[in-house]
Amino acid sequence: MEADETSSVAVDSVKQSQMLATIEAGLAADHAQNSGLLVEMKGITKRFGSFTANDNINIGVERGQIHALLGENGAGKSTLMKILNGLLRPDEGEIFWKGETVQFASPQDAAKLGISMVFQHFSLFENLSVLENIAVALPGSIRQNGFNLRRLSRRIEEVGEAYGLTLSPQRPVYSLSAGERQRIEIIRALLREPKLLVLDEPTSVLTPQEADSLFVTLEQLAQKGCGLLYISHKLDEVQRLCSKATILRGGKLVGECDPRSEDVRSLAAMMVGTHVPEVRSQALHKIGDIRLEVEGLTLPAPDIHAKSLKHIMLSVHGGEVLGIAGIAGNGQSELFSALSGETLSPQARTILIDTMPVGQLDIESRRALGAAFIPEQRLGHGAVPNMALSDNMVLSRHGTDRLDRFGMVNVRRAKRLSDEVVSKFDVRFSGKNPVASSLSGGNLQKFVVGREILARPGVLVVDQPTWGVDAGAAVAIRQALVNMAAQGAAVLVISQDLDELFSISDRIAVLHEGALSAPLATGQVTRETIGLMMAGSEVDDAA
Amino acid sequence: MRLELVPRARVWPIARALSPLVAIIFAGLMAALVIAMMGRSPLAAFDIYIREPLGDSWALQEMGIKMIPLTLIATGLVYCFRANLWNIGAEGQYTMGAIVGAILPLATQGMELGRWVLVIALIMGIIGGALYALIPSYLRVRLGVSEILSSLMLVYIAQLLLDYLVRGPWRDPKGFNFPQSVMFDPGSTLPILFEDGRLHAGLILAAIVVLASTVVLGWSLFGYAIKVIGSSPKAAGFSGFSSATISLTVFAISGGLAGLAGIVEVSGQIGQLKPSISAGYGFTAITVAFLGRLHPLGVVFGAFVVSLTAIGGENAQIMMKLPLDMTTCFQGLLLLSVLAADALTSSSIRVVRTPKKEA
Repeated sequence: MEADETSSVAVDSVKQSQMLATIEAGLAADHAQNSGLLVEMKGITKRFGSFTANDNINIGVERGQIHALLGENGAGKSTLMKILNGLLRPDEGEIFWKGETVQFASPQDAAKLGISMVFQHFSLFENLSVLENIAVALPGSIRQNGFNLRRLSRRIEEVGEAYGLTLSPQRPVYSLSAGERQRIEIIRALLREPKLLVLDEPTSVLTPQEADSLFVTLEQLAQKGCGLLYISHKLDEVQRLCSKATILRGGKLVGECDPRSEDVRSLAAMMVGTHVPEVRSQALHKIGDIRLEVEGLTLPAPDIHAKSLKHIMLSVHGGEVLGIAGIAGNGQSELFSALSGETLSPQARTILIDTMPVGQLDIESRRALGAAFIPEQRLGHGAVPNMALSDNMVLSRHGTDRLDRFGMVNVRRAKRLSDEVVSKFDVRFSGKNPVASSLSGGNLQKFVVGREILARPGVLVVDQPTWGVDAGAAVAIRQALVNMAAQGAAVLVISQDLDELFSISDRIAVLHEGALSAPLATGQVTRETIGLMMAGSEVDDAA
Repeated sequence: MRLELVPRARVWPIARALSPLVAIIFAGLMAALVIAMMGRSPLAAFDIYIREPLGDSWALQEMGIKMIPLTLIATGLVYCFRANLWNIGAEGQYTMGAIVGAILPLATQGMELGRWVLVIALIMGIIGGALYALIPSYLRVRLGVSEILSSLMLVYIAQLLLDYLVRGPWRDPKGFNFPQSVMFDPGSTLPILFEDGRLHAGLILAAIVVLASTVVLGWSLFGYAIKVIGSSPKAAGFSGFSSATISLTVFAISGGLAGLAGIVEVSGQIGQLKPSISAGYGFTAITVAFLGRLHPLGVVFGAFVVSLTAIGGENAQIMMKLPLDMTTCFQGLLLLSVLAADALTSSSIRVVRTPKKEA
């Protein structure tokens, strides 16, 4: 989704009118103007149905300031940035640019003022060169003003030298590392002469060294008067780079501070919150034998955006909920797919279900042993978007529920099972047996969760059970997971939502950079500790 | 200003059902416009293209003969296309089916061995086409080679092999040096359905294939798996279907049916191997599969329309001096109209005005 938006921004920006010749003057001239608030967002509220993604948020960025926007996934950062970029329109609130109120009908409007974005996911043509990739996304009017590739190539080298972004314009993109690819995106943004540069978790795919050189570039930009909005949840980076931080949690503004004068613990506390959980575990359920065990699972990363798994050790008992905390992209989906059998492990004995080695068994064989899986992505992974609910019932239960009779799908039985899920999990929709994509996120998630839970598994692995789900549905789903455990199942929940993990898990472990910490009993650990471990600082100390 | 396709919140079932009809009418009107611009009467053209072939027994049989290979091949392609795999090389699999299927009839020619030769020939035709289709599929599954290019390029290899065979080792010694094999024995040719006609028993085979595929694609777990893989590979992995196995299987089915079409055409219609055994059926079948909206029963309809315009086109060429390209043009118009009508029933067009640039 993010990639789509990036490309649409790129396409739109082609239409925007700016001349290559003026770029040189750009930042320096801007710096000469008086400083003050460059952009200010006041009282921004954005609702999606019953879900409030942004609730009365204020944020202002000065010239030459590197301003951090901190928050966990789902805190509302992306929504706020999409509003600033003109991709979304706020329900309430105003945006001021240099003190004047502005309204963005589209990303071009924002780009025209000088707001540039560098997205987390790159939108580059692998087979084209650096130069061609940059030329493609340049404003169209340049072509009418004596555009020529050789001049652009020289500009790229000049800009690159000025900001320490070494990049050979002739190199094809497929030969570049993630850090080098990001430089293309940044140079693209710089050539557009930005006055405000928004970076969305720019270090998430970088090595520490690449990140260091990025910071130098950003500091240089700030010195020249460009405003920077730095979206992140990595506290150490923010402390190093930013002079101001705005912190969001659950769509609300929870604090503003100077991160340099703040202690990491207090920042983490603001970010992850301390409010009371809504679900209570069933009183004193019995903890039984180990039902799911992982013994030293190591898996290489399948591609550059993925994480490798490093010697994962864990065990989940019957009757227990084990929570796995961590920031997105630290190996969660890789762990999920190793547990589900979508990725096979090198040795059978690294994963055990009810003491049976299953590392080499596929997902259906693991289901046959009584396991069930709920992936993070509901549309396109947990459910097929253009298929009816009853057909989606077949997706994960064709092998275990006699939905397959002499090679034919038992349509009536599938319909009956799907009706059962719909009624027991209060899945709401209009019409009869609609296609999955027409359901709201929360209702589809209830359907997917219900489908797996009603298979009555002994081992349940869930990735992000309530991601993007409204509060009511989230409570229902969490309650269902807790009840599963109470009935003797081993439940493993991977989540980025600490409130959720604290409310439902018996023990919590933290996944960081593909390595899993030892689990800590929920009652004996604070949110701050887990928050610190998630941000990757002082893991040893925290235990 | 630019146009955007916005998915409709609700797709009306009636609109969905009527969209092919609207598409045909629209394509017909466009074709009429072209014909009028060429200085001919569109009404007379309609008469020759559509009305006359439908009222004439000879033309109807000729249509049936064209529909047999088109239906067989296109039904096979539906398996691939539904799985989002692009087998463009049906023409080559058709040729290979004809070659492999012809081995036994040619080897036993003159021995009058009877019907079982035909049965084995048909089976060998299926195997020949299936194995040939497995080459691009295997390359894709193992090495990630694009099946679009490899299957297409294999077409030329098969055609040149056929060319070599009928000019070299399989050439009929009494054939006055024409590039063609000997004629099959009567026992190894497909029986004719009606006396004094040309329509052969391949029609029955095609009907069986269509009905069986309707069941398999519509109600079997295998058909379900194909659909899941086609619409979201990740969900297929979650479901436990092996995309490698399914890819190989649908290619084998597709190639097998194209191969069957090849040997059916040779043993039913032509009676011998020669370089011109196909009138581009393997490529036209791609159009047919999409005209039939990737449904076996729709394929029958698509094959009907394409055959009808092909026969009509020949007549129009003779009687109205309309170029044969007009037929290809109309088939193209029709395909575009059907695809557009499909897109417009599920999406609506929105005009997005971009504000004028400021100086």
